[in-house]
Amino acid sequence: MTADVAIRARGLVKLFDGVRAVDGVDLDVPAGSIYGVLGPNGAGKTSLLRVLLGILDPDEGERTLLGCSRPLDAADRVGYLPEERGLYPAMKPGEVIAFLGALRGLPLAEGRRRAARLLEDAGLGDAADRPIRTLSKGMAQTVQLLGTIVHRPRLLVLDEPFSGLDPLNQGRLEGLIRDQVAEGVTVLFSTHVIAHAERLCERVAMIGKGKVRFEGTVDEARDRLPYRVRLRTRERAGEWRNALPHDAAEESGVWTFPLPATGIEPILERLVAAKAGIETLSIERPSLHDAFVHLLGPHAEIAEEQAA
Amino acid sequence: MNRLFRSAWVIARRDYSSTVFSKLFLFFLISPLFPILFGGTFSVIGTHSDTPQGPPTLAVIASPADVKAIARVRSALAERLGDDVLPRIEHIVPQAAPHAEAVRLLRGSVPPDAVLTGPLDHPRFYVLSHGDNGLSDQAALLVDQARALEAHGPPPGTSIELWEVKQPPRANSEDARHIALLGQTGLFVITILLAGMLLSNLIEEKSNKVIEVLAAAVPVDAIFLGKLAGMLALSLTFIAVWSIVLALGATVALPAQFGSLPSPAVGWPVFGVLGVLYFSTSYLLLGAVFLGIGSQASTPREIQIMSMPVTMIQLLLFGFASAGLGDPDGWLAWAAAIFPWSSPLAMLGRAAEEPALWPHLAALVWQALWLALAIRIAAGRFRVAVLKSGGRRKKA
Repeated sequence: MTADVAIRARGLVKLFDGVRAVDGVDLDVPAGSIYGVLGPNGAGKTSLLRVLLGILDPDEGERTLLGCSRPLDAADRVGYLPEERGLYPAMKPGEVIAFLGALRGLPLAEGRRRAARLLEDAGLGDAADRPIRTLSKGMAQTVQLLGTIVHRPRLLVLDEPFSGLDPLNQGRLEGLIRDQVAEGVTVLFSTHVIAHAERLCERVAMIGKGKVRFEGTVDEARDRLPYRVRLRTRERAGEWRNALPHDAAEESGVWTFPLPATGIEPILERLVAAKAGIETLSIERPSLHDAFVHLLGPHAEIAEEQAA
Repeated sequence: MNRLFRSAWVIARRDYSSTVFSKLFLFFLISPLFPILFGGTFSVIGTHSDTPQGPPTLAVIASPADVKAIARVRSALAERLGDDVLPRIEHIVPQAAPHAEAVRLLRGSVPPDAVLTGPLDHPRFYVLSHGDNGLSDQAALLVDQARALEAHGPPPGTSIELWEVKQPPRANSEDARHIALLGQTGLFVITILLAGMLLSNLIEEKSNKVIEVLAAAVPVDAIFLGKLAGMLALSLTFIAVWSIVLALGATVALPAQFGSLPSPAVGWPVFGVLGVLYFSTSYLLLGAVFLGIGSQASTPREIQIMSMPVTMIQLLLFGFASAGLGDPDGWLAWAAAIFPWSSPLAMLGRAAEEPALWPHLAALVWQALWLALAIRIAAGRFRVAVLKSGGRRKKA
């Protein structure tokens, strides 16, 4: 194992009935980082995580998890929150958390002690003796998340962790992820909600149809697109419009277009000369969402088909 | 290996404690009482409605002296044989035409079971067609004895010295066969009642999505082993509770019979131990298959569909194993002992019929090997079928 890599994958392939759900994935997740796996629904994110964790065996390729080529050998140092959450409804939160810890090698008595503390810290101390079936969905998800970290893992793998949570709980979860990373834990999570990744991740992999379409830092992803210019004028028509690039688009009185390679100054001079009546003009950096749509959206598919 | 058993222990412990400490477990524990209670209730109802009241009635149309003689004989015989064994005597005063009177009585609204007309040296017995049931022989006996009484007076009472010889508690071949069949039936019934639960055992984990958490944390083999061990422990708890209850009940209610039961060839203590061991291997072997089959199902409806063929297969195994009883060295008995899934049943039958213990040791090792293989294969099927993907795409 390279000391600074928590997860390494090379040429991973997973077939289901002949379909390549994971298609030649290479991945390096730096230790101690927050790493996002982004992609639309059905892109193969869950299958990739399952292969990385050893729940599924790959048809081709290799992966190491915390230095172990057999992922289950590292299971005691890994925490996993699956996309399809589930707990035993008749069990009590403390027992569930201790059980999930015991599965990862934590003695049951120690698991119970830690569970009580974690539940208190999460504001669920009053719910400790209630069966899971009587808890709200958000509370149950919190319990499962606590069960994922009770054994103090070195790697957290979270599959769509924000789905089903209200904004308050989403904020709490973001805080918890940051706390874990502050303690040196590596966090890998998948999502199709880009805002979370943009706020949290240092590096991301964007996946479409089982392939990695982009891998790098969030800044590198955003740099894949040129800056965008947004312009609002008093005049709706006139000579000034000839100053705009051909690919400028107008919506609700606001014009947007990519920043030309020559910069904004030549356009600005012509707009002023033609008395466009500039109300607002801004140059905006593309968001991760823009990069996501650019790399994985329908335009990317068309471009890919044309290239093929 | 250590990790495998540690993980299996965690899962077995959870399954066991979550079931035993639930309110439903008491319901599960007393479930055998329901058929007993129903059976008892209906048999009482049946007894009240169907059982004839007392011994049959014999109407005697004869002179008072003849009737008196018959009644004395009956009393004397009843002292030795019991009152219910002999017909009750009903005296009818003779009319001019005894034959017509007898026919009238039998065709009446409350007829006697038979009619005897005198005199004693020329008796006639009347009974409805197909209604004799040995009553004519009893009537003949009464008349014979009454005539002897009239001729010679009452016989002297004879006292017989009584010597009781206890049967040694050892089975002959017929007893051994019965014990073998009883043991096999018990094993079969308990297994069919308890192992069937394993079919639906993974439905809980699949329906509440816990299965993926388990599969990510521990080897799938450990999930299987843990599930099996947990359910086996639950079943053994069930058996232990009922064994204690039945043993105490038998000791209190039938102390004499309890001591004089015929013994299986290996003796009762060893037979009991082998019974528990063979139940465990039978349960685990069938359970591994059931768990593997059940893990392919996604809904309780699919489980219900699977239950019927599974029950049929169990019946076949029982028939196969019991077919070899009575001939423990025959090819059928050996075939049933070698085939892993009928082996526990066949070997328990052998324990009742043959005293040698080494075949049981060999059989237990053989069954353990097949158990390991069954778990490996079932767990492999489970991995392939259950955890494919969260988002599968159609072929382009």
